[in-house]
Amino acid sequence: MGKFKVVHYINQFFAGIGGEEKADHRPEVREEVLGPGLALKAGFKDEAEIVATIICGDSYFGENIEEAKKEVLEMVKKYNPDLFIAGPAFNAGRYGVACGTIADAVQNELGIPSLTAMYEENPGADMFKKSVYIVSTKDSAAGMRDAVKKIVPLALKLVKGEEIGSPDEEGYLSRGIRKNFFTDKRGSERAVDMLIKKLKGEEFETEFPMPDFDRVPPNPAVKDITKATIAIVTSGGAVPKGNPDHIESSSAQKYGKYDIEGINDLTPENGETAHGGYDPVYANEDLDRVIPVDVLRDLEREGKIGKLHRYYYSTVGNGTAVANAKKFAAEFSKELVADGVDAVILTST
Amino acid sequence: MVKEIERAGIPVVHMCTVVPISLTVGANRIVPTIAIPHPLGNPSLDPKEEKALRRKLVERALEALQTEVEGQTVFEMK
Repeated sequence: MGKFKVVHYINQFFAGIGGEEKADHRPEVREEVLGPGLALKAGFKDEAEIVATIICGDSYFGENIEEAKKEVLEMVKKYNPDLFIAGPAFNAGRYGVACGTIADAVQNELGIPSLTAMYEENPGADMFKKSVYIVSTKDSAAGMRDAVKKIVPLALKLVKGEEIGSPDEEGYLSRGIRKNFFTDKRGSERAVDMLIKKLKGEEFETEFPMPDFDRVPPNPAVKDITKATIAIVTSGGAVPKGNPDHIESSSAQKYGKYDIEGINDLTPENGETAHGGYDPVYANEDLDRVIPVDVLRDLEREGKIGKLHRYYYSTVGNGTAVANAKKFAAEFSKELVADGVDAVILTST
Repeated sequence: MVKEIERAGIPVVHMCTVVPISLTVGANRIVPTIAIPHPLGNPSLDPKEEKALRRKLVERALEALQTEVEGQTVFEMK
């Protein structure tokens, strides 16, 4: 039996093309094994081989999702592989979304078994874990070995059409699929066991986890915008020149609160970005491209809005833990309420 | 962050380029922007045009804040 043919998708960084300055790299295909593909190749031994690697810049994909998807699909089609693997993307947000989008498309539009891999907090995970197998990885490329160890066996099972075990056994993110199986204890007995454990304060595992829908309903609209105080919040890492609070360029542990009283325009002299997850050239040239202080000042002067709030709040949304972002925002939202802010413009890069 | 601001009772509009991410994180009012490294600008325009573009985007965001919504709503540029 011949080897299974695999096409592998990676971003510009893992292909060794470059970092953020190359994130607009358009899709290209190379008939070679690159970056993480080498570890996959070693794992597959003689069972499967990577016949082509498709590379696309993360920003290009994120900004042109439909086009990029079409281009990559065409490339995959050309090789008619038995299996498609994207990533692993770890906690790189745009990369994770790209991997999920393309794995989903290859599987559901071309009918080719696909899988990807990323950290559970990657936004791509929530978007696609129901439709494709997403191997759960650590939050950085330090978890490559561990990721490959889980990807290889799952990939081989998928391509051979073997039965896939539970998320815990195989190491993928739960897809919310329920499966019937036989067990020697009937339901009433299991339920009583669980109840007893619960009463004793012991750990127990539910057989029917409830999905976690954390949605917040929209607040009513602003009645009179000409009297409203508007605050700026950003995950784009906007900071005063010199980044006085030393906000981390990725996995931010803090946020900043910055006074913009008297500032009518952001310039290379008074503002920059601390964000390490996108090319900072444009933001450092003119930070209004990330937080629109100049325009909001004009609107304030013209009476189109009541007031631009004196402070803006900023953090770096680059691999930042969801729990941290939540904590930051819960904290400063209290201040915004106390300061009488009526509405917020939140910008993201 | 957008959810926590909303939870605190303040209407919030999310201006971002990758709309699917915004939908996933649970923003209710969304205005799509230009590009990841410069959501509210376009360096290939001259400064005056660029500011006019930014103003349009911000005005759209203000419209979004003045619009009652039932659930997640994307306010495309007109």
